[in-house]
Amino acid sequence: MRDIEVKEITRAVKEAVMEANYRLGEDMLRAFAEALKAEESPSCQEVFRQLLENARIAREELIPICQDCGLAVIFAEVGQEVHLVGGDFQAAIQEGVRQGYQEGYLRKSMCDPFTRANTGDNTPAVIYTTIVPGETLKLMVVPKGGGSENMSRVHMLRPAAGLAGIKEKIVETVREAGANCCPPTIIGVGIGGTFDQAALLAKKALLREVGSKHPDPELAALEEEILGLINNLGIGAAGLGGRFTSLAVHINLMPCHIASLPVAVNIQCHASRHQEVVL
Amino acid sequence: MSRLIKLNTPLSDNDVEALEIGDTVLVSGVIYTARDAAHKRLVDLMHAGQELPLEVAGQVIFYVGPTPGRPGRVIGAAGPTTAYRMDPYAPELLARGLKAMIGKGKRGPEVIAAMVKHKAVYLGATGGAGALISKSIKSAQIVAYEDLGPEAIRRLVVEDLPTIVINDCRGRDLYEEGLRRYAR
Repeated sequence: MRDIEVKEITRAVKEAVMEANYRLGEDMLRAFAEALKAEESPSCQEVFRQLLENARIAREELIPICQDCGLAVIFAEVGQEVHLVGGDFQAAIQEGVRQGYQEGYLRKSMCDPFTRANTGDNTPAVIYTTIVPGETLKLMVVPKGGGSENMSRVHMLRPAAGLAGIKEKIVETVREAGANCCPPTIIGVGIGGTFDQAALLAKKALLREVGSKHPDPELAALEEEILGLINNLGIGAAGLGGRFTSLAVHINLMPCHIASLPVAVNIQCHASRHQEVVL
Repeated sequence: MSRLIKLNTPLSDNDVEALEIGDTVLVSGVIYTARDAAHKRLVDLMHAGQELPLEVAGQVIFYVGPTPGRPGRVIGAAGPTTAYRMDPYAPELLARGLKAMIGKGKRGPEVIAAMVKHKAVYLGATGGAGALISKSIKSAQIVAYEDLGPEAIRRLVVEDLPTIVINDCRGRDLYEEGLRRYAR
């Protein structure tokens, strides 16, 4: 058994939400630079130049990459040999979000669904906890923007739709999202499970490094194929018309009920922010 | 080929008529911020026949909810939010003389028709470029609805805020045009 003080969790979450909002990952910066080189559309080239410059300003001056600093999604993997002490685990995460958004000059975007009154501190965060072997605690902090989340969909297909139907629904979701979801995007796809599990698989797929290949060669090929179909739409960066509507398609797969074929498409804008901390 | 046009606010019908989709427009002068909640309040006031906290005629509204500025800074990140959420309110503001909206994402047919009817444009700023756009903002002050926090109406003084004409006052749509040109 290893003791971890929950105040350590608060501190880690606080720092991670700030860091994620100021510092875009190297994988995204590489993808922007590569797309800039290959893009034919002058308007979209300018968008990629702006995104690279935006990321530099954010990193150097500690200004958030995007004014939508996101709903804080936290994936916690708790080692089964860990003993959490000194307080409530969930409350410690919420406190980290509260402090990070306040002290980091981040926008508070959470509100009451009916009155639309802002909660004032960007809580509550959405927290997913899993128990895993080991004696460490891993936190993945993901500030998720509203614009791209709004254009995400879960499709409960008939099994007869098959692979062709799956591809069609993914491409259709991206087509309908158009410029609204801040392309160039990362497309997280969850196939299988239940209605809710498919969506969670899709969200977790967004965390994979951009430019990495799926370990399963068949799925890797499928990801490439769907990315090609999406980029043939011509939506382009910022929707101005161009070659790079999405930078990557990431698929997570699991078995489903014999009656079902759930396909979730979670769209991630180019402000693809996540920060991992291991305690 | 796209042109580079510098515009100073407030805007006249002539300013708007000169703009074509795809033109890069650098906006300077006073503009106002408003998102969903502020739009609802403005339109509710109009329906009640009451005065608005800002003069709409000739003005530009930027759909943005900025992050708080650090001490000594004018504002934080300030990129555009998705415009379709303001579509239910925009036609009434356009009828009042609003000349331009800055946002991102596609507008509905009723808004495009209102832009043609009342001579107005929709300018796209790069979504997610909040840190970069903040550099064009020289001052910011809340003029209404402070209780809305990031959604309060702010009066901004901007210098060369980078935008591109998405919808001109002739009903054309750069997003549609872009798809036609680049779809395979």
